[in-house]
Amino acid sequence: MTPWDDLDFALLRALSQDATQSAGSLGRGLGLSQPATWRRIKRLQEAGVLASRRIDLDAEALGFGVTVFLGVKLATKGRVSLEDFERAVTAIPEVQTVQHVLGLYDYRLRVVARDISDFERVLRRRIMALPGVGDVEANVLLSEERLSGPL
Amino acid sequence: MLDDLDRRILRFLQSDPAAPIAEVAERCQSQPATVARRLERLKTQGILRGQYAVIDWVVLGYAVEVSLRFTLDKTNAKAFDEFLAAAREIRQVTAIQTFLGRVDVRLSVIAKDMADYQKLYRNEILSLPHISELEALMHVATLKTAETLPL
Repeated sequence: MTPWDDLDFALLRALSQDATQSAGSLGRGLGLSQPATWRRIKRLQEAGVLASRRIDLDAEALGFGVTVFLGVKLATKGRVSLEDFERAVTAIPEVQTVQHVLGLYDYRLRVVARDISDFERVLRRRIMALPGVGDVEANVLLSEERLSGPL
Repeated sequence: MLDDLDRRILRFLQSDPAAPIAEVAERCQSQPATVARRLERLKTQGILRGQYAVIDWVVLGYAVEVSLRFTLDKTNAKAFDEFLAAAREIRQVTAIQTFLGRVDVRLSVIAKDMADYQKLYRNEILSLPHISELEALMHVATLKTAETLPL
């Protein structure tokens, strides 16, 4: 049913660790020729499975010591448009991700700051000033690991 | 420490990680050799840790994404370690984060559909050790994901 086989999954696993590897060296590890590997990568890209790349930066070394996840509940549903809230929240540079969720909260935000007092500034001046924002719950990130999931 | 050029390079690479060095140099009003040298230095310093591919799970057939937020039973000293070790074994977990706050641990899980999610939830999630409270946020839409740092 699925158009992808174990070799594709192995390629995805390798690329999700290090996207700079060449088709040649990836293929050698999997017993594939360079052109065959390249064709598979191309196919994964065209299908949109390989959506994009990201550079992995040491946030702490760059002076961003604090990452906080915020659960945000909108206060006046219906009166404030979701579009207004979404437009304003995605424009805040310290807000790294915005997810619309169902459950205890309406939105889940990942916020980066230099330290706790910088976070307080972002929270008070930016987040609390958003149109329609209600309850906010904050959890400070201590550790994070990415897994390769079902690959 | 970083100077203006380093910041410009990283800022541009965050928006376009696959850009060739010549293009990075042009956009940052510098020379390719200079940019290559700076990138090499950022790598040795451990600031630029690498580049990884982002996989679109929806295209691979995993339409459901859920954030599971756990509070653990902290009366047991080994609660964290044992919980995390067991969570790493679940194939449909794509990320594990630990927090300071009301939530102790969050797992990102993916499933093919609601039936698949129910199976995962009943058979694997609920049998994780030391759970004292558990709540789920179902992802509806992702509005911002770049995880860029405001350099």
